[in-house]
Amino acid sequence: MKLYEMTALELSRLLQEKEVSAVEVARSFIERADAVEPLVQAYITRTPEEALAGAEAVDAKRSRGEVLPPLAGVPLAIKDNICTRGVRTTCASRFLEDYVPPGDASVISKVRAAGMPLLGKTNMDEFAMGSSTENSAFFPTRNPWDLSRVPGGSSGGSAAAVSAGAAPLALGSDTGGSIRQPAAFCGVVGLRPTYGRVSRAGVVALASSMDQVGPIALTVADAALLLELIAGEDKADFTTSSEPVPSYLDVLSQGVQGLRVGLLVEDGPANFDPAVVAAVQKAARKLEEGGAVVEEASLPHVSYALEAYQLICAAEVSSNLGRFDGVRYGRCVAGENVYAMFSRSRGEGFGPEVKRRLLLGTYVLSKKQYDAYYLQALRVRALVCRDYQSAFKRFDLLLGAVTPTAAFKLGEKVDDPLAMYHADICIVHGPLAGVPAISVPYGFDGDGLPLGVQLTAAPYREELLFRAAHFLEQSRGAEPLRPQLSPSGL
Amino acid sequence: MKYEAVIGLEIHVELQTRSKIFCGCSTAFGAEPNTNCCPICLGLPGTLPVLNRRAVEYAVKAALALNCQVQEKSVFARKNYFYPDLTKAYQISQERMPLAWGGYLEVDFPTGSRRIHLQRVHLEEEAGKLVHAGDSILSAAYSLADYNRAGLPLLEIVTAPELHSGQEARLFLEELRLLLLYTGVSDVKMEEGSLRCDANISLRPAGSTGLGVRAEVKNLNSFRAVEQALNYEFERQARILAEGGELFQATCHWDDSRKATVVMRRKEEAADYRYFPEPDLPPLVLERSFIEAIREQLPELPRERRRRLQEQYGLSAEEAAMLVEARELADFFEAVAESYRDYRSLANWVQGDLVYRLRESGKSAAELSPAMLVELLELLDAGEISRPVAKELLAEMVKSGVSPKKLVQQRGLGRISDRETLLPLVEQVIAENPDAVENYRKGKEKALAFLVGKVMALTRGRADPQELNRLFREKL
Repeated sequence: MKLYEMTALELSRLLQEKEVSAVEVARSFIERADAVEPLVQAYITRTPEEALAGAEAVDAKRSRGEVLPPLAGVPLAIKDNICTRGVRTTCASRFLEDYVPPGDASVISKVRAAGMPLLGKTNMDEFAMGSSTENSAFFPTRNPWDLSRVPGGSSGGSAAAVSAGAAPLALGSDTGGSIRQPAAFCGVVGLRPTYGRVSRAGVVALASSMDQVGPIALTVADAALLLELIAGEDKADFTTSSEPVPSYLDVLSQGVQGLRVGLLVEDGPANFDPAVVAAVQKAARKLEEGGAVVEEASLPHVSYALEAYQLICAAEVSSNLGRFDGVRYGRCVAGENVYAMFSRSRGEGFGPEVKRRLLLGTYVLSKKQYDAYYLQALRVRALVCRDYQSAFKRFDLLLGAVTPTAAFKLGEKVDDPLAMYHADICIVHGPLAGVPAISVPYGFDGDGLPLGVQLTAAPYREELLFRAAHFLEQSRGAEPLRPQLSPSGL
Repeated sequence: MKYEAVIGLEIHVELQTRSKIFCGCSTAFGAEPNTNCCPICLGLPGTLPVLNRRAVEYAVKAALALNCQVQEKSVFARKNYFYPDLTKAYQISQERMPLAWGGYLEVDFPTGSRRIHLQRVHLEEEAGKLVHAGDSILSAAYSLADYNRAGLPLLEIVTAPELHSGQEARLFLEELRLLLLYTGVSDVKMEEGSLRCDANISLRPAGSTGLGVRAEVKNLNSFRAVEQALNYEFERQARILAEGGELFQATCHWDDSRKATVVMRRKEEAADYRYFPEPDLPPLVLERSFIEAIREQLPELPRERRRRLQEQYGLSAEEAAMLVEARELADFFEAVAESYRDYRSLANWVQGDLVYRLRESGKSAAELSPAMLVELLELLDAGEISRPVAKELLAEMVKSGVSPKKLVQQRGLGRISDRETLLPLVEQVIAENPDAVENYRKGKEKALAFLVGKVMALTRGRADPQELNRLFREKL
């Protein structure tokens, strides 16, 4: 087995036992990325020198006998909306094409301190707006399972990199499903933590009230390891929680005996692929076999969630992206006066989906429309929160679909924003309530494309997600799913 | 028709925290441009605000001093607009749920004392500063941006429309300035921009209660400018109304060099700031106990102090006002009064010579030692120095900080009452002033005073006048 085919946990063990060096591990992933990148295009910016330097530092420390964190020497890919000191952070936007942040995001400080070599910055939908990574201003990323299909989005590059073996682990960000959906499309594990679990400091904001950084991994255990590393209170982010971070790996194998699982009836209506519905039902049966109690559960107001999510997201976007005016950094296009300069810099710097949401968000926050749209959306949000609260009185976990279908074709929805938004129907209501959710690969559709199922827990109960997802993963067969990717020359 | 002005003020006060409201940058005034900046106040991508606890404490303190209802829960909101001095294209402010509602400030106007009510008090951040190579951002060849000020903590105070003249507006602001100075939340220096004011003014027929069409006046950089601009606006609006013209809602700019207001934009064009709750900061929740602890720390406020100074030391209203206005002077007065009981005399010295000498030397009363003034006044009362010498010593004491006793020793300024020293001088004066001697002998008591004065002059005021009287009577 090649190093790039191993899970982070396996690599961690080999590194700790000094069976392999961090440099060997890093080199393996760099070479694999060299081979598959022409097909997949998961990365915007690759940093092989930096990865090797990081790996060498880890090897030096280990040879001195220092005890290192479990992920020391395990490389990491990073979504390009997470600031990295000295490495450009573009958000896949022309506006920030050459933007090099002066500092690291808090999560990057943590992974650096833990000795994770950084492989590079992954492709995404521009400013994380999209569900296919086709909104990247640079190029689309392709799904390693079928290069004619999208990897999902907006963290499509991160999911594709892990799936293709171009990184063992990746960080993504999830505002309305942007970790879970690409994870499902690429057959990998993706976790959206509780809002407040992971620091947003240094993560370029999409919708501040919902953004969360989370792990994308080959296995549930790998995701648990990475979450444990990046979670926790951060004085630089007032919205993080002081809730202690448990040792997720320790509880992983506790099984699902006695867990109360609610099967969401809202998932699986018309225009869901029957294979998706079947996968969810099969997962429910499996959980029952494991001793969980499965009953039907309902979140009555989630039928309004998609619209509420879009309005709140657009409103926050219209404010968050105002700073990109060309005065201090980023693209600056001269104009006859300062306002013309703003317009041209933004006009040339932003793509169509970004502009669409800026217009929508500006409109819904305007004095005359505020009550009808933004305030109404907040009311829906409050109702969705209440739905979740009452559901979690009855259930430990909610089980449902991640996406209505497996990965769609490149170009299939890119000209139909509403269809694209609709693909997020199962994953936008969780963020409205701030609850954590995981997407774990479970089954395939008729075309042999991977499908995921989603588990959702009450705030700060990520350990329940890991337990149940790990159980499903084991029941599926312990090996991670690997696409048949045939890079030329390998 | 006679018109009455209806004026409301919107005041911005810079709180004197050491660091900015949402980051650790220094708030020091006058630094090189763009040296007190960091990724947060520059609004770089990914940065988040971290609320300064001290700014909240100061805001609560000011609100309590202004008798406001401080809210246990308030919410930060984003005020969105594009301008190069605003690094995030939104200002973090408060909108629907401000830090405090209501409140009032009691002000002594020429027409009597009145409570001016406040509508709200809230926290927000300052923007940066632009310098234009030209008149305005649109006409300038280029503009330079300095973000040292970006993110300074500001308190916004909005009054009800209860002021009725430029003078009342100025008096209100002076009283507010003093109150903020006493609470220690701001250095309230208008020239450094730490206290700023915009004014709304409308006119109505005197005696009526409706509200007219209002103009907002900006760029008021001094208390005098506030008064002048409002008086100007009153005249302008009154003239239009008297001529049967129609007013429209507008924002004006006070041109201090031309002493006139200039209409900047009609209000219909007013910006829509698209306020919404700031998602990066959870609602600001203040425990009752936190608010009450700050209330406990409130110092004596100017109004109370004026009243107390009158009662405790028998000062007139004007004297008390004068001392309270110059806080260090009042503090000095009270420090001296702890061990010197002739308050009347003390008040006269402080208001007279002391104020004069302080101004002359450019010093503050806070730099003086109260014990030295006590010493000086006791020397005078004990007859050890004369009044003119005391005045001289006070000047010297203020200038050099040397104690009066030491000065007396160093310079031999003590009272001269010994016969051996004075007698030759008395004889000299008698010899030099035969007319006065003659007059005295004819029974004119005034002539004696003249002769005594001559010796006083020779001794530069140090001779003991009683001893001189005795010696002259003896000799003549």
